[in-house]
Amino acid sequence: MGAYVLRRLLIALPSLLGISVVLFTVLALAPGDPFEELATNPNVPPEVRLALRAQLGLDDPVWQRYWHWLTSMLKGDWGFSFVSRIDVDVLILQRIPVTLAVIGASQVLALLIALPVGIIAAVKPYSWFDRIASTIAFVGFSLPTFFTGLLFILLFSIHLGWLPFVFKADIDATGWQWWWEHLKQSIMPVTVLGLFQAASWMRYVRSAVLDVIRLDYVITARSKGLGEKVVVMKHVVRNALIPVVTLVALQMPAVFGGAIVTEQIFRIPGIGSLLIDAILRNDTPVIMAVTFVFSILVIFFNLVADVLYGWLDPRISYR
Amino acid sequence: MQEQDIRHLIEEVREGKLPRRSFIQQMVGVGLTAPMASMLLMHAGIASAQTNLAYRPTRRGGGGTLKLLWWQGPVHLNPHWATGTKEQEGSRMFYEPLAGWDADGNLYPVLAAEIPSRENGGLSADGRSVTWKLKRGVTWHDGQPFTADDVVFNWEFIKDPATSSSLISTYRDIQVVKVDSHTVRVTFPKPAPFWAEPFVGTSGMIIPKHLFAPYIGSKSREAPMNMAPVGTGPYKFLDFKPGDMLRGTAYAGYHIANRPHFDAIEMKGGGDAVSAARAVLQTGEYDYAWNLQVEDEILKRLEAGGKGKVAIVAGANIEFIMLNPTDPWNEVDGERASVKSKHPAFSDPAVRQAMSLLVDRKAVEDFIYGRTGVATANFLNNPPRFRSPNMKFEFNVDKANKVLDDAGWRRGAGGIREKGGTRLKFVYQTSVNQPRQKTQAIIKDACAKAGIDLELKSVTAAVFFGGDFANPDTYQKFWCDMQMYTTTMTQPDPQVFMEQYCSWEMAQKDNKWARRNILRWSNADYDAAHRASQAELDPVKRAALFIRMNDLVCGSNHVIPVVFRPRPSAAGTKLVAHLSGWDNDLWALPHWYKEA
Repeated sequence: MGAYVLRRLLIALPSLLGISVVLFTVLALAPGDPFEELATNPNVPPEVRLALRAQLGLDDPVWQRYWHWLTSMLKGDWGFSFVSRIDVDVLILQRIPVTLAVIGASQVLALLIALPVGIIAAVKPYSWFDRIASTIAFVGFSLPTFFTGLLFILLFSIHLGWLPFVFKADIDATGWQWWWEHLKQSIMPVTVLGLFQAASWMRYVRSAVLDVIRLDYVITARSKGLGEKVVVMKHVVRNALIPVVTLVALQMPAVFGGAIVTEQIFRIPGIGSLLIDAILRNDTPVIMAVTFVFSILVIFFNLVADVLYGWLDPRISYR
Repeated sequence: MQEQDIRHLIEEVREGKLPRRSFIQQMVGVGLTAPMASMLLMHAGIASAQTNLAYRPTRRGGGGTLKLLWWQGPVHLNPHWATGTKEQEGSRMFYEPLAGWDADGNLYPVLAAEIPSRENGGLSADGRSVTWKLKRGVTWHDGQPFTADDVVFNWEFIKDPATSSSLISTYRDIQVVKVDSHTVRVTFPKPAPFWAEPFVGTSGMIIPKHLFAPYIGSKSREAPMNMAPVGTGPYKFLDFKPGDMLRGTAYAGYHIANRPHFDAIEMKGGGDAVSAARAVLQTGEYDYAWNLQVEDEILKRLEAGGKGKVAIVAGANIEFIMLNPTDPWNEVDGERASVKSKHPAFSDPAVRQAMSLLVDRKAVEDFIYGRTGVATANFLNNPPRFRSPNMKFEFNVDKANKVLDDAGWRRGAGGIREKGGTRLKFVYQTSVNQPRQKTQAIIKDACAKAGIDLELKSVTAAVFFGGDFANPDTYQKFWCDMQMYTTTMTQPDPQVFMEQYCSWEMAQKDNKWARRNILRWSNADYDAAHRASQAELDPVKRAALFIRMNDLVCGSNHVIPVVFRPRPSAAGTKLVAHLSGWDNDLWALPHWYKEA
C-alpha cells in the first residue's frame, strides 16, 4: 500500500512537469501585457512600461523565463504578482479558506440531497417520487450555475430583499451575529453549487443502487427475513457506493473550476476569482500558480479515489 | 479663440463682469482642462475663494460604516505605482496630496496650508519655482509629525528609476528642497506654466519618510506598507486583501475638525459593473459604486429602484475615430503603414471631410451612450453645455455626397465611389465592446448612403490594447484604414497628452510601435505649436497654443472625436459625496457624509 502510494506520487512528478511546460508556453503565446493600462495612458512615457517589463524579465526568451520559474518553484519560491507585487503564495493562502468553506459546504449539501433522494428513487423505481426527483435532477444539471445564480439574486436579493448578493469574507461581528451573517450570505452560492452537483450525483446514486438491488445476494438477504432497512443500508448501499465514491473524488477538482463562475457572480474572494482577475490582468505568475495548484488537486484526488476504492472493496489489490 | 480673446476674458473676470465659473467653462469649451483654466486666472492674480465643501455633521464619527463597491478592487496600496485609478482610489483613503482639484478645476489645499500664489510669495516671478507651505499639526497614523522631509522624500522615491514608479515623468526633472520644517520649494528645469502637478491630486499623494526610507529604489517591493499603508488621511488602515477587501477606521487625530463622519470604511472589490450598480441603486446594500461603464438604459432602469442616484462627473475621456494618413495595405521599406507612405483615399481632404460628416454623433449619444457619452467635436475634452466656437460637428449625408461628387469620386460598381482605380472601401477596427460595435454599425449605415463601404472588424480588447509588438491587430500598429477607441487624459495639464500628435513621437517599426503618435500624422504647424508651448512662459499664450493644436488635429479630420465620456458612478440617496472629474473619486473623502 505504502509502496503503491509512493510509486503513484513519483509518476505524478513528470506529469506535473509536463503540465507546467504546457501552461507556461500557452501563457507566453497568449496576447496581453500586465502593464496594458500604462500603454493606453498617453501621460505615462513608454520608457516606464519598457523598464518595468525588462525589470520583471518579460522580455527574456520563453525558455529562460520557464527555467527561472521552475528553479525558483523548486526552491519553494512561487514568485510575485506583477500587478500587486506581493508574493503569490500569500495571495493564494488568503483566498483558500473561503473557497474551501464554500465548496466544502456545497459538496456536503450535494451529498445530503443526492444520497437519500437517489437511494429512495432506486428502491422504488418509476414511482411518483422517482419521476419527480428525476425531472428536477434533469432540470438541475441542464441549468448552468451562472444562470441559476442570477435567478437566485433576482428572486431573493432584489424582489424579496432577504439575502445579500455581495459576499464579504471579513464580517465585523462576533459570536452568533458572525455566524448568522455568514450563513445568510452563503445560502445562495452554496445552494447554487450544491444543487447543481446534487442533481448529477443523484442520477449516479440511483443507477448504482438500481444495479445492485436486483442482484441475487440481495434477494437472498431479503429471503433470510432481514428488515428492508438493513437490506438497503447494509447490503445494497455499501456496495453501490463504491463507484459513487470514485466519482465524488474525481469531481472535486472540477468543482473548483466550476466554482470560478459562481465566485465571480457573488463576489466570493476565493481562488477562482483570483484566477479570473489574474487572467484579465495578464498576471502570469498568479495564473501559473493557481492553475498549478488546480493540477496538483486533480492528481491528488485521483490518487485519493484509487486508495478509497481499495478500502471500500477489499477484492482490489495494489501491486 | 486667440490670445487676445483670452486676455480680454481674464480682464472681464478681474473686473467682475464675467463670473469665474463661466470663464472656466468657456475655456473648457475650447478644449482646455478646467484646472488649466483656473491656473490662467491664478497667474493673472485673480484669487479664487476656496471652494466650500458642504458638511453638516457637527462632530467626528457617528456615521456608521461607509460601504464602497469597486468592481475592480485595488491590488496594492502604493500610490506611486498605481497603473490605473483603482490603486489610486484605494490609496486615497489613507494618503493625501498637498492639494486636490475640485469639480471646477480649482486647487483645494489638503496638506498644504495655502495654495501658492504670487501674492503670498508661493510663486516666483520667473515661473521656475513654487514654494509650498505645509499645514502644521498634521500627524501620520502612527503619531509621527508630518513635515517637509516627507515631501522631499516622495520626490526622491519616485524619481529613482529602480522604484519603477508610473509617475516618474512628473518628478524626474524637478528639484525639491526643504526650506524649513514646514516649507518646501519645487524648482523646475525651465519656466513651468503649469506647476501644480507634482504633489497635487492623483500624482501627489505623500507617503511617510520614516517608514519608507529603508525601501527606496529596487527594495521598494519589500515595503510592508505597500499592503498596509500609514498615511495622514481621514481613515486608518485596518486590513487589506488584494483585489477583494480594504477596510479602515476613522482616525481620531485627523487634521480637519469634526471629520470624518463615518466610523469605518470598507471598499469591496470584484464582480462586474452592472451588479455593482444594482447593489447601490436597487438593493442599497452598498453606499457608493465607482466607474459604472454600463449602458445608460440599464442605469436608468436600476435608478427607478429609488435607493440611489447616478452621479455623472465631467472627466476627460474621448471616444474617437482615427483615419489613417499612411497606407496600411502595402509595405514600404518592409513596413506596413510606413510613415513614408500615403493613404490612397484619406490623403484627399474631401474624403476625410465626408467621413466626418457621416459620423452621426448625436445618434451615438442618444441611442448608445445616453448620459455616459456626450457628442463632441473636440479632441481635448468638452462638457455638453459649452461647445467650442472653433470646432463644430454636423451629420449630413447630402453634404457628404456633394463633397465627394465635387472632388471627383464617382459611384461605380455596387454604388461604391471610386476615382483613378481607388475605391472607397475601408476596414474599420475597434475592440470588442457592445457600444463600440453599435457605433460601428451606425457609421457603416451612414457611409453606405454616401457610397462608402465599411468593413467592420472587432478585436478582443486583450489583443487590441495588449501592446504585443508581434501581433498585427494592436491599436498601436493601426494596420487598417480606420480605428476607434477611448483615450484618457489623466493629468490636468495637456502638455504630455498633446504630444501624441507630434512628429517625433511616431509609433513605427524601429521603436517597436512603443511611441505615442499612433496615428502617424505629422504637421509642421502642430510641431511648432507644441514646441512653442513647452517654452512658453505666459500661460495665456500657452493656452492659445493648445487651442490651436486641438483645432489643427481635429480640423484635419484625421481625428474624428465621437463622444466625450464622463465618469458615471452611483451613490445612495442619503450619501453626500463630493466628486470631481479632475481628481480621484475619493479626493474629498473626509467631507463625505450621510444625511440623517
